[in-house]
Formats: sequence, C-alpha cells, structure tokens
Amino acid sequence: MPPILMVDLMTTSQPLLSVKNLKTYFALDDGVVKAVDGVSFDIHAGRTLGIVGESGCGKSITARTILGIVDRPGRIEGGEIWLTRQAEDGTPYQTDLLTLPLEGSEMRAIRGKEIALVFQEPMASFSHYYTVGNQIMESILLHTALGEEGARQRAIDLLGMVGVPKPERRIDDYPFQLSGGLRQRVMIAMALACDPHVLIADEPTTALDVTTQAQVLNLLQTIQKERALSVILITHDMGVIAEMADDVVVMYLGRAVERGPVDAIFYDPKHPYTKALLRSIPSITAKPRTKLATLEGSIPHPFARPKGCPFHPRCAEAIKGVCDRYEPVPIAQGEGRDVSCFLYGGQP
Amino acid sequence: MLAYIARRAVLAVITMAAISVLSFIIIQAPPGDFVDAYIANLSASGSSVSAEEARGLRILYGLDQPIYVQYVKWMSRVLVGDFGESMEWHRPVAEVIGDRLWLTVALSLAALILTWGIALPLGIYSAVRQYSVMDYILTTISFIGLAVPNFLLALVIMYFAFVLFGANVGGLFSSEFDLAPWSLAKAWDLIKHLPLPAVILALAGTAQLIRIMRANLLDELRKPYVITARAKGLPEWRVIMKYPVRAALNPFASTIAYLFPYLVSGSIIISLVLSLPTVGPLLLKALIAQDMFLAGTIVLLLGVMTVIGTFISDLVLMWVDPRIRHELD
Amino acid sequence: MSTDQTSREEQFAVATQWQLTWWRFRKHKLAVLSGLIVIAFYIIVLFADFFAYADPHATDSRRSHIPPQTIHFFDDGAFKPYVHGLTQKRDLRTFKLSYQIDPDRKVYLDVFAEGYRYNLFGLIPSSTHLLGLKNAQPEDGIFLLGTDLVGRDLWSRIMVATRISLTIGLAGVTVSLFLGVLLGGLSAVYGGVVDMMIQRLIEILRSMPTIPLWMGLAAALPNTWTVIQVYLAITIIISFLGWTDLARVVRGKFLALRNEDFIAAAELAGASQFRIIFHHMLPSFLSHIIAATSLALPAMIISETSLSFLGLGLRPPAISWGILLQDAQNIETLALAPWLLAAAVPVIIIILAFNFLGDGLRDAADPYG
Repeated sequence: MPPILMVDLMTTSQPLLSVKNLKTYFALDDGVVKAVDGVSFDIHAGRTLGIVGESGCGKSITARTILGIVDRPGRIEGGEIWLTRQAEDGTPYQTDLLTLPLEGSEMRAIRGKEIALVFQEPMASFSHYYTVGNQIMESILLHTALGEEGARQRAIDLLGMVGVPKPERRIDDYPFQLSGGLRQRVMIAMALACDPHVLIADEPTTALDVTTQAQVLNLLQTIQKERALSVILITHDMGVIAEMADDVVVMYLGRAVERGPVDAIFYDPKHPYTKALLRSIPSITAKPRTKLATLEGSIPHPFARPKGCPFHPRCAEAIKGVCDRYEPVPIAQGEGRDVSCFLYGGQP
Repeated sequence: MLAYIARRAVLAVITMAAISVLSFIIIQAPPGDFVDAYIANLSASGSSVSAEEARGLRILYGLDQPIYVQYVKWMSRVLVGDFGESMEWHRPVAEVIGDRLWLTVALSLAALILTWGIALPLGIYSAVRQYSVMDYILTTISFIGLAVPNFLLALVIMYFAFVLFGANVGGLFSSEFDLAPWSLAKAWDLIKHLPLPAVILALAGTAQLIRIMRANLLDELRKPYVITARAKGLPEWRVIMKYPVRAALNPFASTIAYLFPYLVSGSIIISLVLSLPTVGPLLLKALIAQDMFLAGTIVLLLGVMTVIGTFISDLVLMWVDPRIRHELD
Repeated sequence: MSTDQTSREEQFAVATQWQLTWWRFRKHKLAVLSGLIVIAFYIIVLFADFFAYADPHATDSRRSHIPPQTIHFFDDGAFKPYVHGLTQKRDLRTFKLSYQIDPDRKVYLDVFAEGYRYNLFGLIPSSTHLLGLKNAQPEDGIFLLGTDLVGRDLWSRIMVATRISLTIGLAGVTVSLFLGVLLGGLSAVYGGVVDMMIQRLIEILRSMPTIPLWMGLAAALPNTWTVIQVYLAITIIISFLGWTDLARVVRGKFLALRNEDFIAAAELAGASQFRIIFHHMLPSFLSHIIAATSLALPAMIISETSLSFLGLGLRPPAISWGILLQDAQNIETLALAPWLLAAAVPVIIIILAFNFLGDGLRDAADPYG
C-alpha cells in the first residue's frame, strides 16, 4: 500500500530531504576528527541518491547524522536537514531536523516512521536475543495504532513482500537461524515496517555474496518503484551506484567533492578523485593482463587532514601553490552538477 | 538442548568425583591413620587399646586394604549419608555439622543476591554514563572493593563497630536464639543478622561484577544493533535496556558459575573473623585438631554444593540464551 | 603533507610491537604510577633489612603494645628529626615492668645508621640501616607503627614480611605461568581430545571452592617441616588453582593467532611448527601474558595472606603480611592496639597497584585495538 502522501509530494519540485552544509565532528583525545565537514545534497521523492567514497570518508556518519543518532564522542556541529512533511490537512511543510531536540518525541517519531535505516552488517544489526518478529513488530507497535495481533500480521506480510519463504514460520526464528541473504531481507522488511518516505541503505550488500547482492539490490529497486520511496544508497562500490542510483554524491574525507546525475558522473567525471574511482572498476572490455588502476596512497590519518584540498596529496593533477593552500568550493557544471576542484576555476 | 544439559550434568558428576578424591586425600594426608589418632585420643583419656584390638579396628574400618579400596568404601558410606565420626566431638560428623551447612548456604546465597542486586544497576549506570563523576566514583569504589580482601574488611568493620558503638557485630543470632530450636522468631533473627556479613562478603564480588557489567555493556553499546534500535525511534532508555543490557546480561549471568564457589570460599574466612556459626570455624578447628573425617566431609559437602550451584547456573544460562537453546535444534 | 605528519606516520609504521605497547602504556598515568609502586615494593623486598631498623624477631615484654610514635622534624627551628626516649616504669598494680614515652628526652634520628646485623641478599654481612638513633640509650627506639604484644617493632616486621609475601606471589605466579602456558599451549596446538580434556580440567578446577581446599591441603603439611619447605609447599598449593586463567588466555590467543595471515604466510614459507610458535606467535602475545600475570599476582598475594591469617599458611618464625595480621584477628587486641591493622595497608596498596598495572598493560597490549 503505497502512501498517498507521496503522490502529492512528487508533483512538487521541492526536494523531499535537503541536507545543507552538514558537519559532524568527533572530539577524541588526540584531536578532532571532522567525519562530515560541510556536505550538502538533495533527495527528490521516488529517486535514489548514491553516496560513494572509500571507507572512512564519512558516508555512514552522514546517514546517522540525518537520523540524529551519532554516538559519543561525535557531535553534530552544524548545518541544516530540511525534511518535507505533511500536515494534518495535507499541505506540505518543511522541518529542519537539526532544530529538533535529538531525544525529543518529535525526532523519535521521525526515526523509523518517516526515515528508516538499513544497515550494512545484517548479522550484527540484529539482536540475537529476540525473534525477528519481535524486532519488526517493535517499530510497528511504536509508530502505528496497530495492536499486537495486527502488528504480527503486518510483520508477516512484510516478510512475504521482501521474499522470505514461509513468513508465518520465519517470524518466530532468531536472526542467527537465518542465512545472510534472508537476514538482509528481514532487515529491509523491518525498515519498511512503518511506510517510511526515505530509506537510508548503508552498504546494504557489502557483507553478502555476489548472487545474494544482486537479489537484494533487485528487491530494493522493486520496492522503490512500488512505493515511490526515496532511497539514499551508501556504498563504496561504483558498480552498485551505476545500477541503482539516479544521482550521485562523491565524498572524500567528509566532503562532497562532486555531485550530479549518475550518467553525467559516469560518462564525464570531472573531479580527479571521481576519475580515479571510476578507473579502479574492473572492466570486461579492458585488455587482458593489464594492471587494474589503483588509487595511489591511502586516506590520510584522520587527525592529520591535509591543508587545502583534502585530496591534493594523492592527486596527479594538483596545482602547486593552489591546491595545497586553499580549499576549493563547489563550482556549478551544468544542470544539477557541481564539482569542488580548482581545475574548473574558482578563485583561490 | 538435551545434549547440552547432559554434558553439563556429566561434567558436574566428574567435578564432584574429583572433589571427593581431593577430600579423601585431605582425610588421608596426616601421618598415621584414623586408628592411630583414635588410640591416641583414647589413651589421652586414660583407657588403652591393645595391639590386637587396634588390628581389629583397622580391619573393621578397612584400613588394612589398599588406598583405592578404602576410597571406594568411604565413598559408598558417604553416598548413604554416613560421614564417619568426629574424633574431637565423639559424635557423628553429620550431627556436628548440623545447621552450619545450611547457614553457610544461606550466607552465600544472600551475598550472591546482594552482589547481583547491587552490581547490575551500578554497572549499567557506569557504562551508560561513562566518564561521568559517578562513573569515576563507582570505578574507584570497585577497585578498592577488589583490593581489600574481605577478611580485612570484616576486621575493619568490626573494629569500627566496636570503637564507635561498643557493639560486637559478630554472630548470626542474638544470644537468646543461639541454642534455641528453630522457630519463626529465630528465622527472623537470622534475617536481621544476615545483611552485614552478606554485605562484607558481597563487596569484592560486587566490585568485580560492576567492572564486568560495565565492560560488557560498553562493548555492546558500540554494536550495530544498538543503532538499528535507535533508528527505529525507540526512546534511549528502552534501546539500552532491551538490547545491549540484555546482551551484556549473558556473560554476566555466566559469572555465577565462579562467583558462587568464590562466595562460599569467602564465607569460610569471614565467618572466622565475625565468628559466624557456619562451617568455616568448624573446618578450621577440625583441620588444626586433625579431625580428618570432619574436615574432609566439610570440604566434600562445600564442593558438592558449589557444583550443584554451578549446574543450576548453567541451566539458567541455557534458559536465557536463545543461541544455546537452539544449538541443537 | 607536512614533514611533521609524514614523520609521525612513518614512526607508526615502523614501530615494533614493543614500542607501540610502551607508547600506549605511557598514556595510562595510573598504570605508570602503579608500575613505580610495584618497583618500589620490590626494592623493599631486596633491601628489607636495610629499611627495617629493629630486629624483627627480637622480643621484649617491656615494649609490649607501644603505640606508633610521631617523628618531630624540627628542633629549635632547625631540621633535626628526633623522637622521644623511653623510661622504664613499674605498674603498681601488676608489678610488671614496661616502657613509657618520656616527653622530656629527645633522641635524634640518624640515616645510614648502624643497627642489628643481617646478610644482604642472604650473602653480604651488613649492619647498615636507613634509620637509626644517635644518642640512644638501650631502651630507646623508633616506633613508626608501634609494637606488637611481645614488643617487636611493627614497621621493621612489615618491611621484612614484604620479602616473603611478594616473593611467594612471584613464585606462585611463575609456577602458574609455567602450567598455564604449557597446558594452554598444548590445548590450542593439539586441539581435539587433548583440548577437551584440558578444558574440562580447567572447568572442574574453577568450580571448586578454593579456600576450603587450600585449607585442607595446607593443614596436611607436617608440623616438622622447615620454613623453606612450607614456603615451597604453599607456593605450589596456591598456584595449583591459579593457572587456569592463564591457560585460558594463552589458548585463546593461540587460536586467534593461528588464523592470522602472517602465521599462514610463515606456514606456507615452510617454517617449522617450533619456529612458528616461538618466533612468530609467542612474541605477539607475550604482552598479553605479562598483563595476565600482573593481574594474577594479586590473587596469589591474597591467597597467601588469607592462609597465613588463618594460621594454615606460613608459620612463625616466618614473617609475612598474613602472619602479622593474625595478631589483629582478635577484636579485644584490636581495640587495645589498632595499629596492628597497619599490616593491611601494604596488602591493599600492592593489590591495587598490580590491578592498575595489569589493566594498563592489557590495554597497551592491543596497540591497534
């Protein structure tokens, strides 16, 4: 049952979720780690936004920041997260989630109800002390008026919908009794329990084998079409992005270095980092026995963030005296696209 | 599941057998045998035993047979409840021990409940409010609890009670109930006297369990399933109580298995300081007087009780951990 | 990338396991302080007689239960530490001779003074002590912590007791360590039936109430044994149950390491089993073993203290903390001479110190953790 609300919202050009200049820092003993440092992006209803980057670039923290569940010692230092919601009478209005108290009832009502999360490790993301049914029903009981019976029936329906065989029996299983693929399906069912508008999928397929990966991605695509869901897909895998995403944000060290529609990014990458990421995808058309291009160096130590453009120490095209001194700002590159790189102008 | 229970039961039986062998070694260890001691005892009271009579006694008690035969004989007597005779008291060992065994169990159980009751909430608090002032205070207290052997704590508390209130805090009964037969009033008197020794006994264990609970919970709090639960929009306290606390409870529950033997051990030693009518002082006296049947029996019974306690805790653990429950399904 | 940062990263990259452990350990201030305290205690162990100032075995009924005496540091405005002398008095009711503090007479303290004769490390005869008195009469003395019933000086006895209490802990831990590494290692290397048997043995030992067993075993030691024999026997008794934790640590680490890539690499390179264990595995969990050892020591010390306190451990004339505390067992004595509890202070300090040290070492042993 697709939510009626979406139809209204899809007709507006207003983004469903608009993240502006988000900053989340971790104050550690040895210094401050700027895990997310000024990231902005928009998600429109019914579309998929892919956030891509190497591990440690702040993708997952971005997801948690949107839900306001950053662990200590992490702190949301600034920015805006505008969520388009619907008032009682059906008129859309916007709320900046960061102005809501993190532990307040309003924020809690949004978590799981309007924005839901699918997590990377299905094994570790479930508690092994409760049945999957218990864990799915929990949010239904919390956010809807359904009683115990109704919630159970809905949980069984959800399990059937995500393709779990014999859902009426599986609902009483413990997570450790399920296979990895099934567990991830149950995880998706759990996220969909209250008909959220936005689904954040944080590396949903990383821990799965290749065939199961494809099945889970297909499932996500089907569900998204059926429900006109907005999906934020977080991954380090350019292949997954190519298959799933409509728009892409490329992150490096807590910043969005390039944004744009998926085709534009893949066929005409601008930022040297994006180019390098694309080069590192194994290609079936490549000449045999050629070495796969790898990105030189590794992500710098989180305390020792390079001055200037964070990517310049690994960048082949870095401009001496510019990239190592000044921080680039996003420069528009046609419709819905921008790149933060001095190669494309911008006054140092 | 049944296989699990069977495995634990077999292990419990083997442990008891090992304890019985050790107890027998303790009985056998002093130079000379029971008859020598018996004769010495008799001649001390004026009567004498001829060599012939001594040989008769040895045959009667099977002391002329190889050691393993003696062990089997002793065990077969023990299994029907005949623990032999106390040399010092000239009465059956079972009678000498009497209520003391149950009082030891009562004291250890009271300490166990206290340990859990205190350590659980404090451990949770300490972990959830990590690095708060209270966390530091609790950590300090638990380190001190860890470092002060409980007999020392008993000594210090006794000293202060004596100096400040002029009271002797020892004993488990008021003087009027000491020798009285069991009655409701006597039981109530026991309940009134139990808390102080139980607290002293519980302190070190509590300190340890607070640390264990805190460490476990800190580990669990970092697990992804906590984020899953938060992302559902549950209130923070419900997230914590339902998920990480539940998970941290498991290793915590498994600590009974060694906490109980530890408390029984501790009760022996603080009973001496606080002169509690448990088996502790009796064991010490028996050991010093080389009243070996009494001493061996006490060691045996304490061992068996701890094994039973451990076995029960295993069953509890199985009952609370779905993974063990489903292990063989 | 700035040079400073490069060098820092390089430093991390080339640091050995030991350096990383040391760097992490250094950050735990409490653990470092505890380490220093432990070192200080072991210095006392080495030079116990030097830190004592009165013969710990010399009794004098007239000095019975003298309370602790304060040292006055300044005399006539100058730094000249002194204590008050004693005078002999006869109690008019009991006709017993006893010493009383004479507030009019000052006896000055001396450092590196001559005192009773002893053998340093049991070999070198000496009579030099840290403290002594200058213008003393035979009855005078320093009584930092008072005296016991038979007039022996408590401070000096605590100093000498440290020797036994701390070395018995070390000896016990050494035996435990040997058993633990041997059985834990066997358990991990051979697996299967051997592992099962050893694991069950550990479980059995752990589910036994230790104190009654110790008491029984200790009581079985013949009265005729010498101090050394009893010392060795007690060491074996307390380490009998202490090795199980160490065996668990060793087995766990062994199993975890066996799956590490560098062990697989060594195996593929054709290194012998022996070389893999001693060259590759042992160094990488040595730090864990050291941490576990320092956490096992307090239990050993408490065991010895408890047994001796009960009168079932070491026996006088041996002096250990437990034996000193035996005097404080009786509430009447304690009310009369509360300073006898002073022997508890070093017990508590050293147990705390070993615990903090062990915690710090354990955290430091996982430099990447």
